[in-house]
Amino acid sequence: MSRQAAENIIVIKNLNFYYGQFQALKNINLEIKARRITALIGPSGCGKSTFLRTLNRMNDLIEGARAEGEIWFDGKNIFSPETDLLELRRRVGMVFQRPNPFPLSIADNVTYGLRVHGHFDRLFLEERLYWSLKAVNLWDELKDRLNESALNLTGEQQQRLCIARLLAVQPEVVLMDEPCSALDPVATARIEDLMRELRENYTIIIVTHNMQQAARVSDYTGYFLLGELVEFGDTNQIFTSPRDKRTEDYITGRFG
Amino acid sequence: MLRINPRTEQKIISYLLYFLTSIAIIVLIFILTVILKNGLPQLSLEFLTKNPADMGREGGILSTILATVFLTFIALLVATPLGVGTAIYLTEYTLEGRVTKIIRFGAECLAGIPSIIFGLFGFILFVNKLNFGWSILSGGLTLAFMILPTIIRTSEEAIKSVPMAYRLVSFSLGSTRWQTVTKVVLPSAIPGIVTGVILSIGRSIGETAAVIFTAGSALRMPTSIFSSSRTMAVHFYILAKEGVSMPKAYGTAAVLVISILAINLLTYYMMGRYIKKKS
Ligand SMILES: Nc1ncnc2c1ncn2[C@@H]1O[C@H](COP(=O)(O)OP(=O)(O)OP(=O)(O)O)[C@@H](O)[C@H]1O
Ligand SMILES: [Mg+2]
Repeated sequence: MSRQAAENIIVIKNLNFYYGQFQALKNINLEIKARRITALIGPSGCGKSTFLRTLNRMNDLIEGARAEGEIWFDGKNIFSPETDLLELRRRVGMVFQRPNPFPLSIADNVTYGLRVHGHFDRLFLEERLYWSLKAVNLWDELKDRLNESALNLTGEQQQRLCIARLLAVQPEVVLMDEPCSALDPVATARIEDLMRELRENYTIIIVTHNMQQAARVSDYTGYFLLGELVEFGDTNQIFTSPRDKRTEDYITGRFG
Repeated sequence: MLRINPRTEQKIISYLLYFLTSIAIIVLIFILTVILKNGLPQLSLEFLTKNPADMGREGGILSTILATVFLTFIALLVATPLGVGTAIYLTEYTLEGRVTKIIRFGAECLAGIPSIIFGLFGFILFVNKLNFGWSILSGGLTLAFMILPTIIRTSEEAIKSVPMAYRLVSFSLGSTRWQTVTKVVLPSAIPGIVTGVILSIGRSIGETAAVIFTAGSALRMPTSIFSSSRTMAVHFYILAKEGVSMPKAYGTAAVLVISILAINLLTYYMMGRYIKKKS
């Protein structure tokens, strides 16, 4: 990689997470590099989604959920009481597993986040609409259909639109929870291309069950097992010479 | 045990259901025919635009139409925000628990109370205690409490049926709860909420017992919300029960039935368009 060494954008220290009595994350320590793609892999139920949701505190919405530890983002601990939760979620955005556009027009979907954050200037909204759709390579396809319902789009277009909706509010970090699991292989490959483009300007953390996908797109990979971060490192290293036996078993498919 | 071939069983059940559905339809058609056959000949522009004269024996029913409209309007004006607000509170702002159970139980009980009891309650509270007298205001407020449970329940169902994903996305973009409710949840829940409101309009228009106690039965033209006045339903009741004029009673009934049908049809049409526009 000819890019300069990346700085840390998020630093996670001694993170524990509980759903009531159940501990879903156990003492996670991790540094997320800016403008890189970090992939999180691991078997079902190991806490990947839970971990992702702690980063923008979406877990706050779950009754009985509780986090301990520190997550440093932009020089501040996001668990501190001074955190502006709405601003945190704008800066650390999320793409979900199933494409989930609002039952609104394509344009209104993209500008939703802007309007929520108090932008109503027509010109500004139109500019951002153009810019966001351009960024996810949807503009040319959809520029004549901006007022059509977003629900008429294909699955891939919908997922791109959801990414555009997120980019419109100019986040710094993009969390993706299995963003391709509802798409076919061709669409998946194109979304992966998009992720590589976005890496120029955004920090991406992606949860995936697809080991090839992690190997193809990510710079760093973390392997979760039963709420623990077993191993974290360069994607190349993880996939060619894992240090931990459990990681090796998992990536070679001997897990079970 | 008697075993029936599943095919035969399927057939028998579908015939049975078909038969039961037909009964409902036949009853509806029967009611409509009787009322329209007797009522339609009474209808004329004059009937709709003239006030009743000679206790209702002569003239039209204009004042009762207006009274019905005003009463229903006040009822909706009060009950819709209250009901939708309660539903929002129950679904979006509190966790399921004792408080929500108590509120819901209260609403259910309210729904089960006979309308004449609402009439008595309205008479005691609005007519006497608050001194609004027999008036459109007292009647409208009483009706508001009567239709409140329906609006709460239908709104709650409508709000609950909005996919959780919409809320999560909205929050994840940095919206407040209120923004999420007003920009995402309510727009998706509108068709369900409107259905509840329409049901309530139907009930308000047709209500007699609760209204007669609270709005009175004066045949004058209502001039303010403090006028005592007579709604179409009450007018029909008095004309028919006291044998004032059966033809005028049927005429009134026809107007009542046609308005309710028209409101329902209009709503279906509008909802159809709204849903089409949305998807
Ligand atoms: N809302 C919740 N309440 C209670 N327990 C939960 C909740 N969400 C997740 N869990 C539990 O926490 C653990 C981690 O779940 P999580 O969804 O983070 O796993 P995951 O790695 O994303 O799994 P998958 O690959 O299937 O998406 C699981 O044991 C799960 O049952
Ligand atoms: Mg998950």
